[in-house]
Amino acid sequence: MEKKLTSRWMNLGLQSLSILAALLFTTVVLLLSGAPPLQAYRQLIIGMVGSLDNVSNILVAWMPLLITTAGLLVTFAAGLWNIGIEGQITLGAVFTTWVLRSLQDSPMPAGIILALAILAGMLGGALWASLAGVLKTFGGVNEIFGGLGLNFVASALVLWLIYGPWRRPGVASLSGTVAFPERLSLPTLPNMSISLWSLLLGAISVAIIYILLRGTYIGLKLKAIGKNIRAAYILGVRTWQYMMLSFAVCGLFAGLAGAIQVTAVFHRLLPYITSGYGYLGLLVAMLANYQAILIAPITLFYAGLNIGGIQLPIALKLDSSLSGVLQGVLVLFVLLGEGVRQRFTRRA
Amino acid sequence: MQIDLIDIHKSFGPVYANKGLNLTFSSGKIHGILGENGAGKSTLMKILSGFFKADRGEIHLDGKPVTIHSPADAIQYGIGMLHQDPLDFPPMPVLDNFLMGARGGLFPDRRRARKEFLDLSRQFGFDIDPANYVDALTVGERQQLEILRLLWLGVEVLILDEPTTGISAAQKKKLFITLRKLASEGKTIIFVSHKLEEVGELCDRVSVLRAGELVGEMNPPFDNNRLIAWMFGKPVVKQEQQRVQPGEDVIELRHVALEDYRLKMNDINVKVRSGEVIGLAGMEGSGQALFLRACAGLLRPVGGEILIHGESMTGQPYRSFLRRGVAYLPASRLEEGLVPGLTLMEHFSLIDGNRGLFINQKQAMETCNQRIQEFNIHGRATSPVESLSGGNQQRALLALLKNPLSLILLEHPTRGLDIESTIYIWSKLKARCRDGAAIIFISSDLEEILSYSDRILVFFSGQVSDPLESDSTTVEELGELIGGRGWQKVATSQE
Repeated sequence: MEKKLTSRWMNLGLQSLSILAALLFTTVVLLLSGAPPLQAYRQLIIGMVGSLDNVSNILVAWMPLLITTAGLLVTFAAGLWNIGIEGQITLGAVFTTWVLRSLQDSPMPAGIILALAILAGMLGGALWASLAGVLKTFGGVNEIFGGLGLNFVASALVLWLIYGPWRRPGVASLSGTVAFPERLSLPTLPNMSISLWSLLLGAISVAIIYILLRGTYIGLKLKAIGKNIRAAYILGVRTWQYMMLSFAVCGLFAGLAGAIQVTAVFHRLLPYITSGYGYLGLLVAMLANYQAILIAPITLFYAGLNIGGIQLPIALKLDSSLSGVLQGVLVLFVLLGEGVRQRFTRRA
Repeated sequence: MQIDLIDIHKSFGPVYANKGLNLTFSSGKIHGILGENGAGKSTLMKILSGFFKADRGEIHLDGKPVTIHSPADAIQYGIGMLHQDPLDFPPMPVLDNFLMGARGGLFPDRRRARKEFLDLSRQFGFDIDPANYVDALTVGERQQLEILRLLWLGVEVLILDEPTTGISAAQKKKLFITLRKLASEGKTIIFVSHKLEEVGELCDRVSVLRAGELVGEMNPPFDNNRLIAWMFGKPVVKQEQQRVQPGEDVIELRHVALEDYRLKMNDINVKVRSGEVIGLAGMEGSGQALFLRACAGLLRPVGGEILIHGESMTGQPYRSFLRRGVAYLPASRLEEGLVPGLTLMEHFSLIDGNRGLFINQKQAMETCNQRIQEFNIHGRATSPVESLSGGNQQRALLALLKNPLSLILLEHPTRGLDIESTIYIWSKLKARCRDGAAIIFISSDLEEILSYSDRILVFFSGQVSDPLESDSTTVEELGELIGGRGWQKVATSQE
């Protein structure tokens, strides 16, 4: 018991150390680029919580990231590296835009159109993810390579749509398709950018994933596959079927995130509609050690860094990518800390 | 080069592989090392070739103590090893493989290497195209390539670990000629094997290892009976066993042919009835594992037919075998049997066959605790399986077997377990037999095979013997068959 306690303290210590190291590293980067570090951090924090608007924007950015990460936990559980997540978000956005465009002039109530558009987005994400799954299970293509390839295809598809069939009348440009009328956005709180619907969808997503992975046979079988696919097979688990399922489920959530990007954040289809949440989600999942419970606070923090970074160019003429540096470095140092811990405990 | 191994100790966790070994190999001689599986032969050779580091002990080369840090280091000292499974690069051309490990700057002189490769090949009468890819070669040719490579690197000591498994008779003959030639040139040859015939034919001196210790050394002419006694240790005492009256046929193999990359087995014909226990004897890699996996539905026969309860299983997936009550318990418990990272309780939930979505945690806990008690597993429902001891992992695997079963296939069911666990596990298995299951198991422990089997199949280089009644079989007979002698009487299948 005592040993357990000390190891827990050691974990905590190492994690704090990792975070400190990440901050230190970022500070060095700041110093090298000639920026005052304390000022920069202050501005970052102001950018996060300086006004109600900023907080509301963080919540807006939080939901798609949270939902994406939740979905990724399912493929991670099965031991799969779903790098294709970006493409899955993109296809979600494309399917959602498609339904919105087709139905925007119909007499249907806006709520129904939105519901259909979101469902279509989820379907799109699931289809794209299943493609990666089919490539893996039937084509022997590693999901990392398959997913990466499909990501390129997805972004090419979006560009083609924006410059081609769905271009704005007159000017086709990188600023995306024509914005949808306001009634086709998820309704927001008065004078704020955040939608309760999007918060609700996020909460439901995390709850579903938590229960799926913790309390169901599906979750258990996915974990068995992820930890030892050979033994799972010999024990009678239908391995490839469940791997396909995990791709599809992850795709559903990625598609939902894409749908929210269209209906609650950008109100149109953009070339970079994913905001990089897919890759960021992969990082967060690692940082959270694949625990559903932990992804909510971490994604909130990461969304905060994203929004807070916007303040930097305005106040300090610094590039907003500083947030990205901090986000990436944080993951690296936490993983490094974990590596150190394992080496340490093996020795002991 | 003269090699002295002095007081070599090596253990892996609690298992001693080498316990104070003292051996001397002198140049110009072919030394045989005999011993059954797990005797410590491979470990010792891997220490000499820099693969492992000894826990204690010294290696002297020509009288000088040396420390060998890595295989590259060993080659610098002039020691090269031919591993049991060829350690080469199948997707690369022969010449690239040949160049592997050579020193010579950033840009190897391929033209010179090619010429020297061909010269060396000619010397030994090998015929390998340096432009060919390694995956197109036979195991024997890959071995020849490796020998050439090591010689080219200037090796004075050549270690061969079970080199004759998987190569043809003609290639074996050529290998032996090569080894004799090398010895006559003053090289030191160490030949690790379990095949008495070959050791007798080739070696100038034989050392026998058992359980990590040197039991004896012999110069020709070799007394095979004494060698066998050394290899297998004390005379085996057969225990009184209770037999189960056999019932109907559970599994039948008709003219089954099996193969993997190194072994081909043809025309296997076996019938096993319910209640029977069949022991599979033989050195590791002689075909018994292929046989067992084919019975489990994990390996597709390339010919013939497997019937379970009279029904042909040709083309059926593994799950159909499961549905018909076949269970397979692999030897590598944490690699193939259990899922490290999952708890005991999660394992029982995994196979409980419920069709619902949600796991009933309370019921799962009850089932699990009941099994833990019934199978006397020292562990808790929430213990991750990798935290259990080997014996308890094996009990857990047994506890995971469904009920009823018609055929239980086990690889080394009691390997690494103490006597108490062994007896316990066999009492559980015998109970399954009384319930009508047939058991087929692999073991390298002859005592276990003779004590618990009703009939025995012996495997040697892909050949399968006729079933031997365990009552009328002696440990000497088994030992000879395992070593490849006396097959005229019992062999039904030929390559």
